[in-house]
Amino acid sequence: MKARAFSYFRPATITEALTVFAVAGGEASYIAGGQSLVPALALRLQAPERLVDIAHIDALRGISLEDGWLRLGALTRHVEAHDDPLIAAHAPLLALAAPHVAHPAIRNRGTLGGSVALADPASEFPAMMLAMGAEMEIAGTEGTRRVPADSFFLDLYQTALEPGELLVAFHIPAAGPEHRCAFDELARRRGDYAIVGCGTMLTMSGAETSSARIAFLAVGATPVRARAAEASLVGRRLDSETIRSAQAALAEDLDPPDDEQVPAAMRLHLARVLLGRLLGSLAEAA
Amino acid sequence: MTTLRPLSLMVNGETLTCFAEPRETLADLLRRGLELTGTHTGCEMGVCGACLVMLDGAPVHACLLFAVQAEGSAIETIEGLTAKTAIADLQCAFHDRNALQCGFCTPGMLVTAQALLARNPQPSRAEIRDALSGNYCRCTGYEAIVDAIETVARRRAAGEVAAAFAEEPA
Repeated sequence: MKARAFSYFRPATITEALTVFAVAGGEASYIAGGQSLVPALALRLQAPERLVDIAHIDALRGISLEDGWLRLGALTRHVEAHDDPLIAAHAPLLALAAPHVAHPAIRNRGTLGGSVALADPASEFPAMMLAMGAEMEIAGTEGTRRVPADSFFLDLYQTALEPGELLVAFHIPAAGPEHRCAFDELARRRGDYAIVGCGTMLTMSGAETSSARIAFLAVGATPVRARAAEASLVGRRLDSETIRSAQAALAEDLDPPDDEQVPAAMRLHLARVLLGRLLGSLAEAA
Repeated sequence: MTTLRPLSLMVNGETLTCFAEPRETLADLLRRGLELTGTHTGCEMGVCGACLVMLDGAPVHACLLFAVQAEGSAIETIEGLTAKTAIADLQCAFHDRNALQCGFCTPGMLVTAQALLARNPQPSRAEIRDALSGNYCRCTGYEAIVDAIETVARRRAAGEVAAAFAEEPA
């Protein structure tokens, strides 16, 4: 239960971090909060020769609202997602999901950037980035680029981040009064990985839904958008008939794997139950 | 690669300079290097909560932090919290209510309880249980632990101050 020996670097800037990583020739890992990485090192699932600690790079911090976009530095901690008033107002899905992420002490250290870069398909924050239509700001030795969440999550633990690239910030379209958001998950015990979880963000135009984004976690190799269910809501009132049609549409959207504890059919059923609850709560809130 | 790095930390109010291998966790440094063995190492993978310490005022797992990462931070262990009598009332309430059996989880429970009450002075039982969700008691004495924390919340709200906790003579 002890990590293999490694060398440790604490760069002060993004440029320095990229360089320190690059010269390691692929045998390095970035560490921020370390709440997933340190257990992986202790169990020797990973054994990099070099650890590049990015937790002290100021450019990776900060929460600000500009021109209708909320910018969250990658080092924003889970506890801030829970507590920050700007996040509560403009990225409410993060605030709603935060209490479900691990346990309080983990949330004090864990970072949004680390969670999203790891891209565990059963994690809450990657799926919420998808549900909110966030864009990831990524720095590399060639410069900076922005990748939308829809093309960021590629496969199990695989993202659009190239080796050595650094997730710098999230740019999230700021939610306003026309948006209605809900999150929930089904887990055997609080803090455990969810059997299924869902974030839903509706844009309302009067009583009708004008657009919808729905993302599920723990239903496959990546977080998954439920596009057929989204389409079934658009242009309609959020009544029980519409909700039933969205639940039915999930058969087109989700193809969950079979596992020993949760057969695929059960997971799809639970996803429908969960979506029904979330949409029901949003209909009542109207 | 057993290179030692010099390290400056504030531990229980005292600035220390020491040396650590990068792979040494804060929990191991506290226990082995500084002989602060109240920080317990149970699972060493961030699950059991026995190694919680305050890092810059917030509870974190000392097993999920390499000591070198804590360079420049202020750490408070269960020994520090005890010495400044910040948790004397919690310790008395745990004692009175028999909220510890083997005692292995107790330091982590106390750190969690102290942080919970700082953030939410009058938590419901459900909120106490939720706050304790990352602290395992393998004696399964949870009911008494929740009782003790609830009692302290009530006493603090009433302005009661506890005397420093003293161990009974053997």
